[in-house]
Amino acid sequence: MKNKYLITAATLLALPMGSAFADAKFDKMMKDSFQSNGIASIDRLKQDAAQKYCSDPAVLAGKGNAKQAESIQKANMETIKQPAGGKYIGDWKAGERVAQSGRGATWTDKADAANGGGCYNCHQINKAELSYGNIGPSLWNYGKLRGYSKEVVTYTWNRIYNSKAYNVCSNMPRFGHFNLLTEKQMQDVMALLLDPNSPVNQ
Amino acid sequence: MRQHWTRGALIVSSLFVLQACTTPEPPKKAATPAPAPQAAAPADAPTAEIEKYRAMIADGNPSDLYEMAGEELWKKKMGPKNVSLEKCDLGLGPGVVKGVYAVLPKYFKDTNKVQDLESRIVTCMERLQGFDGKEIIAGSFGKGKRKDVEAVVAYVVANSKGATINVSMKHPKEKEMYELGKKSFFYQAGPMDFSCASCHADPGKRIRLQDLPNLTTQAGAALGWGAWPAYRVSSGTFWTMQYRLNDCYRQQRFPEPIYISDDTIAVSMYMAVMANGGKMAAPGLKR
Repeated sequence: MKNKYLITAATLLALPMGSAFADAKFDKMMKDSFQSNGIASIDRLKQDAAQKYCSDPAVLAGKGNAKQAESIQKANMETIKQPAGGKYIGDWKAGERVAQSGRGATWTDKADAANGGGCYNCHQINKAELSYGNIGPSLWNYGKLRGYSKEVVTYTWNRIYNSKAYNVCSNMPRFGHFNLLTEKQMQDVMALLLDPNSPVNQ
Repeated sequence: MRQHWTRGALIVSSLFVLQACTTPEPPKKAATPAPAPQAAAPADAPTAEIEKYRAMIADGNPSDLYEMAGEELWKKKMGPKNVSLEKCDLGLGPGVVKGVYAVLPKYFKDTNKVQDLESRIVTCMERLQGFDGKEIIAGSFGKGKRKDVEAVVAYVVANSKGATINVSMKHPKEKEMYELGKKSFFYQAGPMDFSCASCHADPGKRIRLQDLPNLTTQAGAALGWGAWPAYRVSSGTFWTMQYRLNDCYRQQRFPEPIYISDDTIAVSMYMAVMANGGKMAAPGLKR
């Protein structure tokens, strides 16, 4: 009788502890398996709410909690800063260079080295570039198709700054949020997409 | 090094001159004015060219040289104990090399751990030959004793060509390692929010012109896991799976994974189990 009681108590305890134990084991594995190297410090393994939410395969398969997704998106939206003086559009030629470069933020990069946007890794942009990826949608004729309204401009800025404000599990890096690109670089990429003279909009 | 493959106009012949580049170069100029696309899916043409190139030199994969060096190292008496690796148990019994890569990673009773090929070779170098494993772990790819491990990897892997991938999940630690590896595969972090799944969990995806196998499916994992380790033409070196994972994590903007750490073995376990039933085709030949 006593044994039976103990087993039941142990089972009750084991159920919720099972997953906590697995998490603790995973956390320890991660902590023990990585080391800081250059600018890529071990702190980078810490997750924010969006990263944590999107690390669940069920969420990626579309079975996430819509309310939680919305609240994380809202929190990300609130961190977006609009450019100083309302200047959204820079130089598309400089923007093309930012879009081409996939450099930056790895343990072989220096802290003061300029990052690239790596845009072509995932997007078609200027049709002259044949080597482009397809993880993101094509941005060819971006402005020509969407127009150049204030809404389109702000939306595009926000997407580059923090794509998770619109889609919590977007694959696109949060370029402004994590200071991957400077304000000027983002203005230049904006020009590549939204300057009517950019080759993207021909 | 996906940034290497930056130009649409980058021709296959440049594969030969991209030797020894280990860090991505910034673009020298803005977009090269490449010819306008003519037919549908013009971006596939260079991919087809790489396939042609692969077929052309398939009989002369430079990993041959690593395989030969590895066979010598396997048989040579070395280390403080002056013995060879010929009694090393990689998973199918002492000295068995044939087909063994197709069953790795697996649980080993003597270390009470799930191990991949590289961690197992290091174990043998420690226990049989008396080398200091910590030195190998603290070292760098392509250097010192780790370079020897890499050559032995090439030798062992080549002896599993054509074998059916058959990784066990029978031992509780194997099952646990698979689960930890799966969790790690989907673990998003760092300043770019990437996980392995960001690039390897959807069909038909590319970075630049590099096809990305969907490692969450059997077919994709068989293709991906089955082709590594491989000779990298772009760096002119043989890359083990540990080296491949190290560079994936670098591009994910993660901190550096420690050589043969549990995470690298867990992720390997996840990929290998997903690939079960596929054929080992390594050493492969990669851009």
